[in-house]
Amino acid sequence: MAKSSSSDAQALIRSLRSAYAATPTNLKIIDLYVVYAITTAVIQIVYMGIVGSFPFNSFLSGILSCVGTAVLAVCLRIQVNKENKEFKDLSPERAFADFVLCNLVLHLVIMNFLG
Amino acid sequence: MLQPLNLNRIHRWGLQSPPASHRLLPCLIQPSMADPSEAKGEGSLRKAFGGVLGVFILLLIGTLAFSIRLFSVIKYESVIHEFDPYFNYRVTQFLTKNGIYDFWNWFDDRTWYPLGRVIGGTVYPGLTLTAGSIWWLLNNLNIPLSVETVCVFTAPIFSANAAWATYLLTKAPPSHQFEVKGTGAGLTAAALLAMVPSYISRSVAGSYDNEAVAIFALIFTFYLYIKTLNTGSLFYATLNALSYFYMVCSWGGYTFIINLIPMHVLLCIVTGRYSSRLYIAYAPLVVLGTLLASLVPVVGFNAVMTSEHFASFLVKCQEVFIILHVVALVYYIKGILSPKMFKVAMTLVVTIGIAVCSAVLAILIALVASSPTKGWSGRSLSLLDPTYASKYIPIIASVSEHQPPTWPSYFMDINVLAFLVPAGIVACFLPLSDASSFVILYIATSVYFSGVMVRLMLVLAPAACIMSGIALSEAFDAFTRSIKFQLPKLFEASPSDAGDTNRGTQDEPTKVDNNTPTEKTETTAKERPSEKHRKKEKKKLEKGKEIKEKGKENTDKVSNKPLNAKKLLVLPLEASAVAILLLLILGAFYVVHCVWAAAEAYSAPSIVLTSHSHDGLHVFDDFREAYAWLKHNTDVDDKVASWWDYGYQTTAMANRTVIVDNNTWNNTHIATVGTAMSSPEKPAWDIFNSLDVKYVLVVFGGLVGYSSDDINKFLWMVRIGGGVFPHIREPDYLRDGQYRIDAHATPTMLNCLMYKLSYYRFVETDGKGFDRVRGTEIGKKHFRLTHFEEVFTTHHWMVRIYKLKSPKNRIRGKSKKKTNPKTTSKINSNKNVKKNPWQ
Repeated sequence: MAKSSSSDAQALIRSLRSAYAATPTNLKIIDLYVVYAITTAVIQIVYMGIVGSFPFNSFLSGILSCVGTAVLAVCLRIQVNKENKEFKDLSPERAFADFVLCNLVLHLVIMNFLG
Repeated sequence: MLQPLNLNRIHRWGLQSPPASHRLLPCLIQPSMADPSEAKGEGSLRKAFGGVLGVFILLLIGTLAFSIRLFSVIKYESVIHEFDPYFNYRVTQFLTKNGIYDFWNWFDDRTWYPLGRVIGGTVYPGLTLTAGSIWWLLNNLNIPLSVETVCVFTAPIFSANAAWATYLLTKAPPSHQFEVKGTGAGLTAAALLAMVPSYISRSVAGSYDNEAVAIFALIFTFYLYIKTLNTGSLFYATLNALSYFYMVCSWGGYTFIINLIPMHVLLCIVTGRYSSRLYIAYAPLVVLGTLLASLVPVVGFNAVMTSEHFASFLVKCQEVFIILHVVALVYYIKGILSPKMFKVAMTLVVTIGIAVCSAVLAILIALVASSPTKGWSGRSLSLLDPTYASKYIPIIASVSEHQPPTWPSYFMDINVLAFLVPAGIVACFLPLSDASSFVILYIATSVYFSGVMVRLMLVLAPAACIMSGIALSEAFDAFTRSIKFQLPKLFEASPSDAGDTNRGTQDEPTKVDNNTPTEKTETTAKERPSEKHRKKEKKKLEKGKEIKEKGKENTDKVSNKPLNAKKLLVLPLEASAVAILLLLILGAFYVVHCVWAAAEAYSAPSIVLTSHSHDGLHVFDDFREAYAWLKHNTDVDDKVASWWDYGYQTTAMANRTVIVDNNTWNNTHIATVGTAMSSPEKPAWDIFNSLDVKYVLVVFGGLVGYSSDDINKFLWMVRIGGGVFPHIREPDYLRDGQYRIDAHATPTMLNCLMYKLSYYRFVETDGKGFDRVRGTEIGKKHFRLTHFEEVFTTHHWMVRIYKLKSPKNRIRGKSKKKTNPKTTSKINSNKNVKKNPWQ
């Protein structure tokens, strides 16, 4: 039972890896950016665990800026992905412009809230 | 190979149906292009005409919304109403005079003496900033309107905006499929919202309160959310977050939005309507919305910490956030894996996931359960459990707006819409889209909350208008279509109009024919009129074409059926005409009721009262008389004590420092004033002296019959005071369970400060001291005040102002009291009177 499940897991990981390798490069770049943002957030949480959460607004703005950019990057990825039928008439330039605008608003708020 | 949209357009304009070839065009062609060439010019002209007409109607709706709220300005004057708007007006005055930085950091030392109030951190700045910027803009354009004028007219302007936002919101849900239906429903909903009495009640000209701009922000946020859901554009998601920020700035009711939207997302996920547009609509809103909400000082970290937002953030909003990500990941992996591998992945993940989730849930529950009220604030708790407030928090229970509404108030406030809402809900179900499900959820939750607190009927109003707009529009659609379809029949001998091939039928039995059973069996299952419709067309078409087209029409009808299922229902001509007439009469009743409600019920400024008697109109302007007296006859630094209802007005109009005001944030302070009002003269004098009070203000309606006076509010003074100071016991004031002021009243009641200050010299008015509000003669008629002196009573005795007498220099030997401060303080402590901690 365990053996079959572990072999299943290996087959699963292999198939995941092979399927993922097939995605286009620009999407992979976005994915890398998302991973980077999430890692930064994790690092901040660890830091907060060590040092304490004062001042809380700085902690909140730091965490939410990481999470926010990750979310926006995922949205960009959704809109740029050619396999998504719903967005086939949305040009990637427009998607990127929206992404930039949303990021601008997000970082304006973050700067204000950082304290 | 079929074009349902094409048929839609044709039938709407009652044109002849296109030649058969057009029916074979692929459905992906835009409707305009599939129009028959001869009708194309006509079609675009009609479309343009429709567009212009729509814009014109919207302008009229805006004007209607604005002007129906002007009754109070016409009947009385351009004055600010009620109590809360005076505070907002004062804050706006400060903002326009001192600029935004001083406003943001303002510490107000003229209220809640000696505590003060941090205005910058405890006020919702949206309304004042909006009015302030309108004033600033107008003044820079050299239109010198006073701040008061801008404040008075802010509410009507924003109600016009709200009507337009409702138009956009109602147009959006169906626009994904049917543009035409959307516009009609939108206009109807906007017209209904412009007039609905529940919204008028909080946004008349002069009612300068948060809801005036908040309802507009609410509807606009919902519109942007639905627009993002429909289009999946990140631009609209940004706008949505910004509009939500404006809502958070404006009103405490923003928690409704941040709880409703996650609920809707959850509903979509659970019903299997997850799509990437949902992710784009929700995820940026959560992150940006939380950040923006924390920016507003009033909300601050409550956006993340308390359970009101727990329901939003940690339990609901963030949980839904996480769930959404999980679902998105699942769909993504499903897309890139083969099915077998996907199954394996699922089993692995599910086992791990359940373990992790239960652990996290246990931790969360432990955290939340450790706080006494489980982290919910009192007001929200009272929303979920309506009896909570009356048991534990008398202050919340005493506000009349927090009581549950009665059944008649539903009819008064949303009138005819109460019947139309269920029809609208049904209409939203066919077809059910993301946006329709959102509106249904909105109305369900708002109906529940409006049943708990009468103030929240305001949130129900837009939902009811949207639903009713959809229902009315659908009804009108069906009836006019029936009439339009049958009208040519009346004027033509034989029905040669082939346009009916794809439309409804008639129930005229004379046309019944026995025809192909195949079509019949197909259609009978779906709707009964269409069978006759098939038979009709059989008669008209020739045999050869018939057989060819039969096949096409079959498939035509079969695939059009889901979309045209509604459209194929045609009713008899007379019935439709009568029904349209009845609907118009219904609308007329609604309009009449709304205008009456606006003019009679909701336009009273409550600072000026009128009454009609046999010798004309009496105007009672006592409140402003009293405040003006205070302003002109007292020192700037004198403190005035009154019940908290009048605090805002006193600071705004009389410009004097008050002890407690309508903000009611400090229960102990209010209880102190309540205790003072309920105590005999000497202890009351001690309490007021310890608070540096110079003047005491009471409102008395016994001479003129004004029933919202302080004696009627006295029970709350006793209850609130008794809640903090146990020596005030409510049974002491009750005779047979009732508060009485006549000869049978208890001695405690007849000796308390409120009684004495209200009825001092009252017997001089008519010789008997007959109280018009309570309907009896008062108990103690001739008495003197020992520690207070009367300084002013207004014309109709409605407001009475007393001054604290300074203590005598010497007390003669009769009383046992010593002037030794040590013993006096001992005596004071014996009586459990609140001591001034600064002495």
